[in-house]
Amino acid sequence: MQYIIIGNGVAAVAAVEGIREKDRTGAIRIISEEPYPTYGRPLISYYLAGKIDRDRLWYRPESFYKDHGVELSLGVRVASLDPKARTVACADGSSYSYDKLLLATGGRPTEIDLPGAGGEGVYRFTTLSDAEALLKVVDKAKKAVVVGAGLIALKSAEALLMRKLDVTMVVRSRIMRNYFDEEAGGLLLKHLEAKGLKFLQGATPKEITLDQKGRASKVETSQGDLSADIVIMAAGVSPEATLAKAAGLAVNRGVVVDEFLATSDPDIYAAGDCTEATDMITGELEVLPIWPKAYNQGLYAGRNMAGGKTAHPGGLPMNSINYYGLPTMSVGIVNPPEGQGFEVERMVDEEGERYRKLVIKNGRLAGFVLIGDIEKSGLFTSFVKFGFPVTEDIREKLKRGEPSVLLWPEEFFEETWNPRPTAQPIA
Amino acid sequence: MKRVYIDRHFCIGCGLCELACLTVHSRSKDLAIAYTVERPQGLMSFKKVFRDGSMCASTGCRHCDEPACVEACIAGALTKDPATGRTVYDPEQCVGCMSCLMACPFGAISKSPLEDKIVKCDRCVELDMPACVQACPNRALMYEER
Amino acid sequence: MLFKPTDSYAHDFEVHRDRDACIDCKVCVNQCSYGVHYWDENRKKVMHDSSQCVGCHRCEAMCPTDALRIRRRETEFKDNPLWNSKFIKYIYKQASTGGVLLTGMGCPTDIPVYWDRMLLDASQVTNPSIDPLREPMELDTFLGAKPNSLAFHKDENGKPVLDTKLTPQIKLKTPIMFAAMSFGAINFNLHVAMARAAKECGTCYNTGEGGLHPSLYEYGDHTIVQVASGRFGVHRDYLNAGVGIEIKVGQGAKPGIGGHLPGEKIDARVSETRMVPLGSDAISPAPHHDIYSIEDLHQLIFALKEASEYRVPVAVKIAAVHNVAAIASGIVRAGADIVTIDGMRGGTGAAPAMIRDNVGIPIELALAAVDQRLRDENIRHKASLIVGGGVRCSADVVKAIALGADAVNIGTAALLAVGCTLCGRCYTGKCPWGIATNDALLAKRQNPDVAAKKLANLVRAWSHEIMEMLGGMGLNSIESLRGNRDKLRAVGLSAEEMDTLGVKLAGR
Repeated sequence: MQYIIIGNGVAAVAAVEGIREKDRTGAIRIISEEPYPTYGRPLISYYLAGKIDRDRLWYRPESFYKDHGVELSLGVRVASLDPKARTVACADGSSYSYDKLLLATGGRPTEIDLPGAGGEGVYRFTTLSDAEALLKVVDKAKKAVVVGAGLIALKSAEALLMRKLDVTMVVRSRIMRNYFDEEAGGLLLKHLEAKGLKFLQGATPKEITLDQKGRASKVETSQGDLSADIVIMAAGVSPEATLAKAAGLAVNRGVVVDEFLATSDPDIYAAGDCTEATDMITGELEVLPIWPKAYNQGLYAGRNMAGGKTAHPGGLPMNSINYYGLPTMSVGIVNPPEGQGFEVERMVDEEGERYRKLVIKNGRLAGFVLIGDIEKSGLFTSFVKFGFPVTEDIREKLKRGEPSVLLWPEEFFEETWNPRPTAQPIA
Repeated sequence: MKRVYIDRHFCIGCGLCELACLTVHSRSKDLAIAYTVERPQGLMSFKKVFRDGSMCASTGCRHCDEPACVEACIAGALTKDPATGRTVYDPEQCVGCMSCLMACPFGAISKSPLEDKIVKCDRCVELDMPACVQACPNRALMYEER
Repeated sequence: MLFKPTDSYAHDFEVHRDRDACIDCKVCVNQCSYGVHYWDENRKKVMHDSSQCVGCHRCEAMCPTDALRIRRRETEFKDNPLWNSKFIKYIYKQASTGGVLLTGMGCPTDIPVYWDRMLLDASQVTNPSIDPLREPMELDTFLGAKPNSLAFHKDENGKPVLDTKLTPQIKLKTPIMFAAMSFGAINFNLHVAMARAAKECGTCYNTGEGGLHPSLYEYGDHTIVQVASGRFGVHRDYLNAGVGIEIKVGQGAKPGIGGHLPGEKIDARVSETRMVPLGSDAISPAPHHDIYSIEDLHQLIFALKEASEYRVPVAVKIAAVHNVAAIASGIVRAGADIVTIDGMRGGTGAAPAMIRDNVGIPIELALAAVDQRLRDENIRHKASLIVGGGVRCSADVVKAIALGADAVNIGTAALLAVGCTLCGRCYTGKCPWGIATNDALLAKRQNPDVAAKKLANLVRAWSHEIMEMLGGMGLNSIESLRGNRDKLRAVGLSAEEMDTLGVKLAGR
């Protein structure tokens, strides 16, 4: 059995672990454009900020590939994929045939059509190479402009701020719109401003002005110009589905997979940020580029490629991000649409930088946001993940920030903590 | 694989499990020093005792077969040890993103009070029986193969 | 603390907290159900109010750093053998409450303990002793009426066949039973524990007067069901659930008075089992309102035998009082298969202190008198004798059997086995050891798995010791000891006491 995995992120690693649970001998080859062993992609902001050194980036020990019998083609781009012949052709001229293939190609930065965006000194921030490139210039640079308002924009801005740069964010509407409502976003904004980050809100970027050498020198916006040594374009990521599309696989926004992580071709699986899969809460096909889902999909895809048939439960949106010392978490549906029966409970303590938002629908917790006080987040998650009933009494306790295992349905508690002993053979 | 099980009908909420946990994971291995000196320095029990009216339960890491924390860990600090079945935590590798804290629906992970790290049950790797189970005066905690 | 009543200083116990050892971990705070220990938010320390302490020692037992000692409070009243501190405190208390002094557990007053004045025999040279580890040793005990004589005939093979129709018997593997303690007075967990321990040890526990919870019917082979004046939880299935039925007339701790289980202790399960409304007081009248004579008793005994189709023996339990021998004789003649006698040191969940400490007689004298009377009247074989009320160890059991008992009940000893410290506050329903309480948070302190093991351990340990003592006396069966007062000798007793006990002075 020959397995080929395209990509070398967390989904790829998990797939290797999944395959090896069932198949100790089949050949596995990982082909990845990136020249590094697997690293914790979110760690690049920690690395850029100087919080961790390069050694701490690696997601698995050095011996991982060897221990799991994986052949590596690193720094190699896959040019095309032929599902009929079951072969992949690489840009370096090599080609490989497979029995089972996994697309773990991840996401790619969404590009804004902005004049000057291709100039020198304009960066993206999704790969280790991006971080390495920035690290070469942060010491000399003084001013940075970050275009974008999401996770990547904020984390890169924070990292540059920690590198003592003067950082301004150009924000079209408001920060972290997808996760935080105005109140939560405002709280976060205040916190970051107090730490020294500058914001240009409601500003549309118009052009990145390049100097004679083709280097970025300023960012023109609807609210005036910002001079910049470094510009980071961070408008989010979208699924990298180019190969799949070219190979004729079903692709919407991402590569469409069923509950077994198979694509429209039964021998090709996909996992991670490149996919579009059923969401745990909504039951709809969604693109959900988060780490835990990528790992889990990879694991299940690996098992299923190796002959298993286990259905993936779907991803639960969740993010835990620390913004310059302020921890935040959002799980499930956090910005519910109007008029669909969602109820929202909000507790705000501006002075203490604490915020709690609960989204409830049909007597169940559909999602929550926590800022500041995050210690009990896991038990909030239990209510979302397992859909426990939220009675009036429980709702009061959740509102007070006191979720507890004792609020779970009794049968679930017993099953979790004290399952009946399975019958033991009599010795 | 042996795991710690909880009979909430007989957990009396005394908290001795927390103290035992604190002690075995302290530098001094001495309860009084662990509690009064090392705790203010950041030492923390891996057990959590919930109390609500007549109900109590002392919970900790279940060392799940497919742990949500391992899935969520971006730094490779949480892994499954196939040999022992433990969910192993490497504080050196942890960057304190708290994704595991959020992802674990059993509330088994805590934030370290003084540093950007988590704390989590190691199932008392050096002991035949975890300290919390040894300390339980009412056999509400059991360490068994089920 | 500033505004305590002036008479509250004279309390019984004092908490000694070793501040060097105490780490303020608050285990004592969550374990004390009387609010003695508390967290002082201002001082950021665990503090205590000794005036509330009942001396149960729960905190001392649970303190992980051994920082606590509960000692008697040394309020030194001027020496006075008559007006000792007990009576002074009683008066202070009653002057402020105007109420009856309530207590729990058995009489703590200094009346003679005759067990300690009787010594056992052992074989030397002749009639050699027996090693129970190497040779058979029989503790099997049969409770119930025995026939006057046995008639046989021989079958075609010449083998003897018993013609006499035997009355029902309760078979025990050891002569130690768990005394009647009602469900309600003690909680469900301990009933489960007693039932399991009784099963494990091949003996019986007694439901007490609170009925039998349906989930415990499976332990019927090890259950004696009780019928008391309140008739709580008595119905046909109940009467047929066990291997014996006991009519409770009296209790050693409170002869002559009834019982009162306060409504607070009547939770859903107690209510269902006792067949009384939730939260209402369960009152056992002092007398059975259908028993005013031996003839009435006879009627009740036979009503119960009818109801149980003569499959199980019927016992009658009385408190040891002055005329106990004559009363016991009447009971046997009324048709009881077993007479249970409860001595004045027997425990209770609640009794007025005056009754508990002043009414009744010690079990040793009562037992000797009853056994002798029944022998004198030639009816000893018509009923078995069970005694209880102050049996502390296996030697007490051996002495009781030598005095004439068939088996003993252990109540206080059983509770001690599961942690009781005899603080005597059972009537408050706040037992910190989770015994005499139905408070859900406290009752769970008794895990039936743990409690059953301890109870079974105790019975097993005593049974081993009984075998050792029997073997030492050259006996290989408990039957050979029964009523064998020659195996006892007295020390430090008067001629009248020895006469009543039927025991010779040591050396004679």
